[in-house]
Amino acid sequence: MGYCPNTPDEIREMLAVIGAGSIEELFAPIPAELRAKSFDLPPGMSEFELMRIMREKAAAGGAEIVPFIGGGIYDHIIPAAVDHLSSRAEFYTAYTPYQPECSQGTLQALFEYQSVICRLTGMEASNASLYDGGTAVAEAALMSLRITERNRVVLDASINPLHREIVTGYLHGLSAEAVEVAPDGCCSNLKRLIDSIDEETAAVVVQNPNFFGSVQDFSELAVKAHEKGALLIVSGYPIALGLVASPGEMGADIAVGDGQSLGNPLSFGGPYFGFIATRKRFIRNLPGRIVGETIDNQGRRGYVLTLQAREQHIKRHKATSNICSNQSLCALRGLIFCASLGKKGFEELALLNYDKAQYAKSSLAGVKGVSVMNAGSTFNEFTLSLPKDAAPVVEKLLASGVAAGVPLGQYYPGMDNALTVTVTEKRSKAEIDRLAALLEEALCS
Amino acid sequence: MQLIFEKSVPGRSGVRVPLSDVPKASPFPDALRRKEPVLLPEVSELDLVRHYTNLSRRNFSVDTNFYPLGSCTMKYNTKVTENAGGLFAGCHPFLPLLPGGERLVQGPLSLVHGLEQQLAEITGMDEVTTQPLAGAHGEMTGIMVIAAYHKARGDERRKYVIVPDSSHGTNPASAAMAGYEIVTIPTAPYGDMDLEQFKNAMSEEVAAVMMTCPNTLGLFNPHIAEICAIAHQAGALIYYDGANLNAILGKVRPGDVGFDVIHVNLHKTFGTPHGGGGPGSGPVGVKKGLIPYLPTPRVQRKGDGSFAVEAHPEGIGRVSDFFGNFAIMARAYAYITLLGREGLIEVSEHAVLNANYIMARLKGEYELPFDQTCMHECAFSASRQLQDGVHAIDIAKYLIDRGFHPPTVYFPLNVKEAIMIEPTETESKQTMDLFIDVMLEAARIAREDPEALRQAPVTTPVGRLDETRAARAQQVCCE
Repeated sequence: MGYCPNTPDEIREMLAVIGAGSIEELFAPIPAELRAKSFDLPPGMSEFELMRIMREKAAAGGAEIVPFIGGGIYDHIIPAAVDHLSSRAEFYTAYTPYQPECSQGTLQALFEYQSVICRLTGMEASNASLYDGGTAVAEAALMSLRITERNRVVLDASINPLHREIVTGYLHGLSAEAVEVAPDGCCSNLKRLIDSIDEETAAVVVQNPNFFGSVQDFSELAVKAHEKGALLIVSGYPIALGLVASPGEMGADIAVGDGQSLGNPLSFGGPYFGFIATRKRFIRNLPGRIVGETIDNQGRRGYVLTLQAREQHIKRHKATSNICSNQSLCALRGLIFCASLGKKGFEELALLNYDKAQYAKSSLAGVKGVSVMNAGSTFNEFTLSLPKDAAPVVEKLLASGVAAGVPLGQYYPGMDNALTVTVTEKRSKAEIDRLAALLEEALCS
Repeated sequence: MQLIFEKSVPGRSGVRVPLSDVPKASPFPDALRRKEPVLLPEVSELDLVRHYTNLSRRNFSVDTNFYPLGSCTMKYNTKVTENAGGLFAGCHPFLPLLPGGERLVQGPLSLVHGLEQQLAEITGMDEVTTQPLAGAHGEMTGIMVIAAYHKARGDERRKYVIVPDSSHGTNPASAAMAGYEIVTIPTAPYGDMDLEQFKNAMSEEVAAVMMTCPNTLGLFNPHIAEICAIAHQAGALIYYDGANLNAILGKVRPGDVGFDVIHVNLHKTFGTPHGGGGPGSGPVGVKKGLIPYLPTPRVQRKGDGSFAVEAHPEGIGRVSDFFGNFAIMARAYAYITLLGREGLIEVSEHAVLNANYIMARLKGEYELPFDQTCMHECAFSASRQLQDGVHAIDIAKYLIDRGFHPPTVYFPLNVKEAIMIEPTETESKQTMDLFIDVMLEAARIAREDPEALRQAPVTTPVGRLDETRAARAQQVCCE
């Protein structure tokens, strides 16, 4: 039942070696009054019965709904090789590579992953992954407090509101101040962001493309932040980085984001992975595991966990973060996804997202009463202004099997009519045309 | 082995991107565009498959080797639960956050709620949140909940969290991230936190005490109920680090003992794979008085039996984007359902039996600092071997040559040259006997030819690696 292989005879032999009369005797150190008062669970079952239950739950999972939603999590293609290779049991049933000689597979893969993240973000040093996008932004904010020894972070409110909530919670625990700067329409308010940076500011945090889908240049913000001794943290969407200038090119000090879109399925919220990368001079302030290259006792190249003096198992409460287990297997999927597409394919994928979204943008803007709210460029998401409250419209379209977008009213007071629409490469022209028709119908009635 | 980047050939490609069925858009503005394409490797699909298949073969793993890594519970991961976890790949987590979206995702929502109920019953807690994404994340969440509880009562003096010196490093690190100062209590000669020193450290400035029980030596603390009572008397709450829950499934429920908050490592106790270092999952359970402070949102069962995602306004906010590492949670839910009540009790019984068997057979050759019945793991010291100049790490490396993943070494920190062995319940006597034979052989070689151990491993693709050089060079990505 519990996948315990030892037979009654073997159990007797083992007990004899131990010198105990029964298994129960081994639990004697536990005082009787501390024993479980209840353990009320149903009996076990066979694989077949289990899968029937699990399939029923999965069938009621909304997978048939056509998603024009993102919210930080995106429906992208996943090459078949990603599943096959990451399902190698040698990868997924291993643990943290504490013993490097018998973990070179994981270690080299993570080194390659770190290299891919550096190349995507235009940075010089990446760790071996964090939990998800939201906690990655939070870790970056904490990192900026350590580097600058300041206690105030400026958050652009056009960052994913779920991420902002996580960052605020993390900063609150440390009594650090989080200042939010409202967007200007669907764009970051660069002037107000710059004005908000003072001598106590550790970092200013922006997202590109932002939650409304707008793509901006943050080079000037980087310069202004640096003038005040503050850092620039840019949260990015890795598929967009096939086309959009990288955080490194814009002068950012820390790049973060959610790596889900790189080969990890939607899976109702996880597991995904967060990435974080920085300039080499800040490497000792990175949280979590880092893999480094070295040589063995015969001069052969190999990989080890490095700079571990930053970490909780050595530094305990003085560590750069409490993180121990990260999202290694999801990072491996991200690596294999990027290597499958390659230099050319990755750019093509980004362009395809852009083309599809531009087509959808003009189709949907053609619906009576609908207009595009983003003042400048967008990548594969954009925000529409509807002639009425977007929430009931979205609810209505869900009944037709389409998730039309994320209505913004609940996240941005006063933006009740705004709807953020996501169009990945997986959305066909027919699906986009149907969305336009359904939207028109919903708005006319 | 070459890096994937070193196998790259300009112009080669693997997977094809879908063809476009929409008109080409006007070009993306140059001012916002990246200057050159991302320099990803250019390889064929076969190059890629060989590369990562061969890399995988350079790993030890549970499916290929006995992996008695103490404190990590490297049990066998059943294959059917893998299948179960993959069923939800197409479910978008934002759907239930859309107006009218909840009714479309009743299956996954029922699973979140069902797992929370299972874990509450197993741990003796009143409610559980699945949001935390790993054990350490659960610890931080739990301590943030405790901080919110004290704050809501207007009790702002509490600035300390107490941890024993044998605790996992994540305990003090997590409490520090939640804004607390740390007080560390040493281990007494009887193998657990020194009770007198603990009593002296306890005051009305202590917010929480974090305990691992059984502790990281694999010992069940007989004073645990007293520790809970002392903490409560001073108004502090007591936190249970669930890393070692595998030892006590069905035997002890931390909630019954007096603990207020617990995190559970689904990747340890509940059979989800460790993934080469994650993804884990660290649900947190609390007693009734702490429910208001759990993270938002909560999945609630409504009067009509349906499930809803509800805001939890008094809570500590959001600690992760959605409902936690859902596909991991699905595996754990499947595991608990598959094993059922009797299966889970068998897990703890066999985990404890196996650990005591290894302990009994090795204690003649290896120093056992605390010689008493252990729970699911046993902690030896290589102090006898050290007399011949052999360290715990040398024995570990020799085990690699003989096909065993080494136990945890140099942890817990309160045992010199620690070797911590956790066989788990899924190993057979035959496998353990082979491991024991090699451990005994290592002890013999330590006496007769210590240099041989210091040279190990010799069968792996690389020998001992220069960690100092790695730290100095800081080469963490391919140039």
